[in-house]
Amino acid sequence: MPRYFTDEHEWIDVEGETATVGITDYAQEQLGDIVFVELPDVGAILDKGGDAAVVESVKAASDVYSPITGEVTEANSALEDEPALVNSSADEEGWFFRMTLSDRDELEGLMDDKAYKAFVDNL
Amino acid sequence: MSAPNKSGWKPQMEPAQEGMHNGPTTTTGNRALMLEEPLLFEIGHAETTGVDLPEVDPAAPNRLAGLERTEPAGLVGLTEPEAIRHYTRLSRQNYGIDLGFFPLGSCTMKHNPRLNEKVARMPGFADIHPLAPQSTVQGALEVIHELGNWLCKLTGMPSVAMSPKAGAHGELCGILAIRAAHTARGNPREVVLVPESAHGTNPATAAFAGYKVEDIPATPEGRVDVEALKARMGPDVAGVMITNPNTCGLFERDFRTIADAVHEAGGYVYCDGANFNAIVGRVRPGDLGVDAMHINLHKTFSTPHGGGGPGSGPVVFSDALAPFAPLPFVRRHEDGSFDLVEEEQRETSRGQAFGRMTAFHGQMGMFTRALTYMLSHGADGLKQVSEDAVLNANYILRSLEDILHAPFADSGPCMHEALFGDKDFGGGLSTIDLAKGLIDEGYHPMTVYFPLVVHGAMLVEPTETESKASIDQFITAFRSVAERALAGDESLKQAPYYAPRRRLDETAAARKPKLKWEPAAE
Amino acid sequence: MRYLPLTDTDRTDMLERIGAASVDDLFVDVPALAQLDGPIRDLPMRASEMAVERHMQARATKNLAAGDAPFFIGAGAYRHHIPASVDTVIQRGEFLTAYTPYQPEIAQGTLQMLFEFQTQVANLYGCAVANASLYDGSTACWEAVAMAGRLTKRKRAVLSGALHPHYSQVVKTMAQFTGDTIADAQPSIQTEPDLEGLTARIDDDTACVVVQYPDILGRITDLSAIADAAHAKGALLVVVNTEPVALGAIKSPGQMGADIVVGEGQSIGVGLQFGGPYLGLFAVRNPKHVRQMPGRLCGETTDAEGKRGFVLTLSTREQHIRREKATSNICTNSGLCALAFSVHMTLLGEKGLRELAAENHRLACIAADRLANVPGVSLLNRAFFNEFTLMLDGKPARDIVRELADRGVLGGVSLGRLYPGIEALEQALLVAVTETTTAEDIETLAIELEALVKEAAQ
Repeated sequence: MPRYFTDEHEWIDVEGETATVGITDYAQEQLGDIVFVELPDVGAILDKGGDAAVVESVKAASDVYSPITGEVTEANSALEDEPALVNSSADEEGWFFRMTLSDRDELEGLMDDKAYKAFVDNL
Repeated sequence: MSAPNKSGWKPQMEPAQEGMHNGPTTTTGNRALMLEEPLLFEIGHAETTGVDLPEVDPAAPNRLAGLERTEPAGLVGLTEPEAIRHYTRLSRQNYGIDLGFFPLGSCTMKHNPRLNEKVARMPGFADIHPLAPQSTVQGALEVIHELGNWLCKLTGMPSVAMSPKAGAHGELCGILAIRAAHTARGNPREVVLVPESAHGTNPATAAFAGYKVEDIPATPEGRVDVEALKARMGPDVAGVMITNPNTCGLFERDFRTIADAVHEAGGYVYCDGANFNAIVGRVRPGDLGVDAMHINLHKTFSTPHGGGGPGSGPVVFSDALAPFAPLPFVRRHEDGSFDLVEEEQRETSRGQAFGRMTAFHGQMGMFTRALTYMLSHGADGLKQVSEDAVLNANYILRSLEDILHAPFADSGPCMHEALFGDKDFGGGLSTIDLAKGLIDEGYHPMTVYFPLVVHGAMLVEPTETESKASIDQFITAFRSVAERALAGDESLKQAPYYAPRRRLDETAAARKPKLKWEPAAE
Repeated sequence: MRYLPLTDTDRTDMLERIGAASVDDLFVDVPALAQLDGPIRDLPMRASEMAVERHMQARATKNLAAGDAPFFIGAGAYRHHIPASVDTVIQRGEFLTAYTPYQPEIAQGTLQMLFEFQTQVANLYGCAVANASLYDGSTACWEAVAMAGRLTKRKRAVLSGALHPHYSQVVKTMAQFTGDTIADAQPSIQTEPDLEGLTARIDDDTACVVVQYPDILGRITDLSAIADAAHAKGALLVVVNTEPVALGAIKSPGQMGADIVVGEGQSIGVGLQFGGPYLGLFAVRNPKHVRQMPGRLCGETTDAEGKRGFVLTLSTREQHIRREKATSNICTNSGLCALAFSVHMTLLGEKGLRELAAENHRLACIAADRLANVPGVSLLNRAFFNEFTLMLDGKPARDIVRELADRGVLGGVSLGRLYPGIEALEQALLVAVTETTTAEDIETLAIELEALVKEAAQ
């Protein structure tokens, strides 16, 4: 299953017509201890690059953007009680939401694992 | 996602290591004069009281329509001696200006003269009702008018709105007047330009007023990029919000050019007056093309900060915006009497006023204090105030720039505050560690992680009310802690060691908020 | 100058370290057109402490202090006795000259006090969580309307006609800029508040209904029905209280189903001060709403040694982090007023508050009966706490209030002052009575009122 990255530090896994979105380990490291995650409602229609979620540490808050256009099908309710999952497992258990993939072409401009690593190394 | 954590502020807390304190653990948890104090709800009782009032007669007839409170509210009381001790003990866990040097940048923690307190408590000011017949409060209306006159003269502006309750409220007042003025001309416009270094209230205020906020870029020397701003000006821009002196502690030397460009494009200039203390009595913002500016009476004019308010934020206006200022305001008649212009006189006196921002007429208790302070200093004393404030800040900047990263040290003299960053700190240490180390040295730390344009920012504002000896001692202490930070001294990570509390777990507080005392479960 | 410690020698030495020839060199970035050649003109020069005190005293004595006259003014600000120890505590430099507790390790005094204050306010209001205060009741009222909009994602607020007119004005002023629709009304001169009329104005787009309790005419009524009506339409009930002492005698708004309770805390500990600084109280019944609350919040935690301590928390709601996406642009609260409130409330306790409320109500009943006996004067309210509405025959109440003042009596607030130009309200006079009111005060008002009303009838 391919994983793509945005230059805004979101990752997206695509499996058939469904995508899973989270933030990268680099992003969680920058934020510090995550204390709250505000997730989109199931059924919400997200635009590529539009606001999708909010992730908060004690002294910072960041908007998480949707990497693609689609409809939210599931939000990771585990984050409501345990936002620390984003710190301990940003790449896996700390995923944010799942959405439909409506336009495969939108994946084109995204980075692969290697490109993102190079991108972060240059920051 | 949007820029993750621009300021770089990551509160950290590790469990304390054993053995960092001298001496044995005490039974009470007290350490001599450092006294622990339980919560009010752990020592008070529902039936204890510190006032003597007649007992309630449950049989007495009442007109409460059957709405009598039948269950206790859950309050507790203390007798007077217990209450005085409770609050005195709590007070001793606080740092205040009275106790020591408090260089909290941008907050202007200057000495609060006690005459101000005495005057504010005169019954003729403290014990009058805002809705008392105006014939019975002429002296109070005169004070508001007199203070307004001082503010106009000091800023070189023709008009003032006195009712805003604090700086952020004043900011809102200014931006709402700008929106009202544009709306009256048929188009409120869409965008307000704000420098990236601005205080968070600026974008929050502009957004509240329905404006889209766009960043103005800064030059490498820490000032507004005039050419970029000029290029962005257009018919969609309602105005700019610029802090001057700015949050990097520098005077915006091109302010007049900026103002002219904004005016030419039909916009208005809002100046955030948070840093007015640097120029009061020496520079009048009105001469620089400002249309609206709020003044924090608790910063420049020495009213107490009170542990976080109350503030007071009068706003001065140019002729262009004056007609839109909110109600009420005090008017002086030719016979020397005063009255309040309220909604009733709106049609005749101020048809374009954008409305009312608060019940009654503003922070009278702060007005009496601020006017007392102004009269004490006079025009000559206030000039000395800004000169000494700027002198002290430059002295600190030049005494520390050799060891600490001072990003704008080459941009000319600073104004009332000196800005440093945490570049080159060793051992993974950051600004927070230096700040906590300063606590152990007996200082309140400077403002940290603001402005956002400098990583690990440290904003030091000494004010004019410190002696040279006090500043010299601070410089010595600051240098020593900075040297430890640069050397990566691990022990700083656990600082403070000697405060009433060690580092607090802010993460736990935010993850599972406990915002109210609850009785222990049975 | 007595507030400036630097000596001329200090200044010279410091300029030398800086490498500047004179202080003017530090202001080189100020453009020439804004450079002044000396102190600003048309303002006085420095003055001694004695001279300044004399100047201010001269202005203070021109005012008629509430304590120097029979006093019955309320309408959103009330005169109560404040125990001497309240002022002693708030003048301690560690409270007076501290700031927002940004460094919690050296601000536990302010923080613990705020935690206690939040608990007192939440319990008094019958709510789950209260914040660390806002500017005053009127601005808190607007913040409640804005918060209800965020929670319901609706943009219409229904205001009771019996909400303090300044509060309505503030809400309407702010709503002009946010695009919210505000449905307000005039108060109706009736024995009971018009809850049916209010219910009829709630629709499916309504974010909140705002009701004052006790209301601007001093009336009190059970709000449970209006809470149900609001909830049935998916709207929230915002209850405004301008006299917290009342809650020592009557049910809390939270008990009657209010979702957001806001109010003016001035009555307890703060004093009249000609309208400010006052103390905005803000609480919510549902703890899940806390992330949409405005203002600062203090929370409990532990330090590195495991000891209990307090910090400001959930600050990502606030402007300094969220900037243009903040819940409000507010920075400071009313910290020192919150302290005064908390100390006074601690001295009262549950017992003292009940007794204080009972004493206010007892005296108000006596005053209402005595004044309603004055020929040409009648009492509007069936129920009230410590403030009620009198209807006067003859002249508008506004003129009567001025004439009473000329006779040295501060006799109340005319509805004509609060709602100018509305004929139906012209004869109404609001009278507030507290524990500071004496039997002689009541008798004086009755006698003077009788004379003036009689004069007007002739």
